[in-house]
Amino acid sequence: MRELSLNVMDVAQNSVRAEASLVTITVTESDKDDNLTISIEDNGCGMTEEQVQQVIDPFFTTRTTRKVGLGVPLFKMSAEQTGGSFLIKSEVGRGTVTTASYVKSHVDMTPLGDINSTVEILIRCNPDIDFVFVHGTDLGSFTLDTRELREVLGDVSLDTPDVLEWIHAFLEEQTQIIYGGVN
Amino acid sequence: MKSLAELQAIRDKARANVALRKENPNAARVLVGMATCGIAAGARPVLNAFVEEIAKRGLSDDIVVTQTGCIGICQYEPVVEIEVPGEEKVTYVKMSPERVAKVVNDHLVNKNVVTEFTIGAYTE
Repeated sequence: MRELSLNVMDVAQNSVRAEASLVTITVTESDKDDNLTISIEDNGCGMTEEQVQQVIDPFFTTRTTRKVGLGVPLFKMSAEQTGGSFLIKSEVGRGTVTTASYVKSHVDMTPLGDINSTVEILIRCNPDIDFVFVHGTDLGSFTLDTRELREVLGDVSLDTPDVLEWIHAFLEEQTQIIYGGVN
Repeated sequence: MKSLAELQAIRDKARANVALRKENPNAARVLVGMATCGIAAGARPVLNAFVEEIAKRGLSDDIVVTQTGCIGICQYEPVVEIEVPGEEKVTYVKMSPERVAKVVNDHLVNKNVVTEFTIGAYTE
């Protein structure tokens, strides 16, 4: 993957398939600590310990259309190749938390890329699922919580074009602030 | 600054138009393959290009852009399926953002399938 944001989009699809109703994506960047951490948490069906071991194996997949499942292994590799770490915590019936931690300055660090686009597409394509996106840097952080938007919107769907446009503008504005006006 | 008040105004406007949007049985569907293979091959910019082109033409109420999983032809990703009610599904392969405008214009607007981008053109 050329961007970590693409890994996030890919792994978040697993949460969707696990029938999660809430997916929380947290990205914390710190130049001070030379760290970037991404976590994807869902309240989907969860996995057994054995299944967790299987999903980090590239030749395991629950799909029937092909024989490989590269989403999680690629995400794991992207973190470990920077000297970072990768962890999946899962409980059947409760959900899964996938956390990847990166050493930002490492030569093999993949850029985060357009994480806002990932969040927007996830919302657009799964308007019935709630997403919480938290993005923080050394300068501050912001949260987009679709549950709050839904409270305002009532019966108006999140995939209404004007709503998606609002989300796009909100993410862009907030991202500029946490990057100190440079993005 | 984007405010929730703005969102309220959007809600009121959307409610006024809701009949138009929700009850449109003739809406075409653009399905972009978004499994690992599709994403790695560049499906995200393709999806964004469809959204932009469709919005630019004011067709957002008539065409729904969404994602699908892997349909098993990973070597042809990014794969885009177009479903127009009453017509056979068309599968476009090796899509790129540059090809999107032509597909929207020729297929979705003028009802002419862009044969050279379909899977048939590659497998024949």
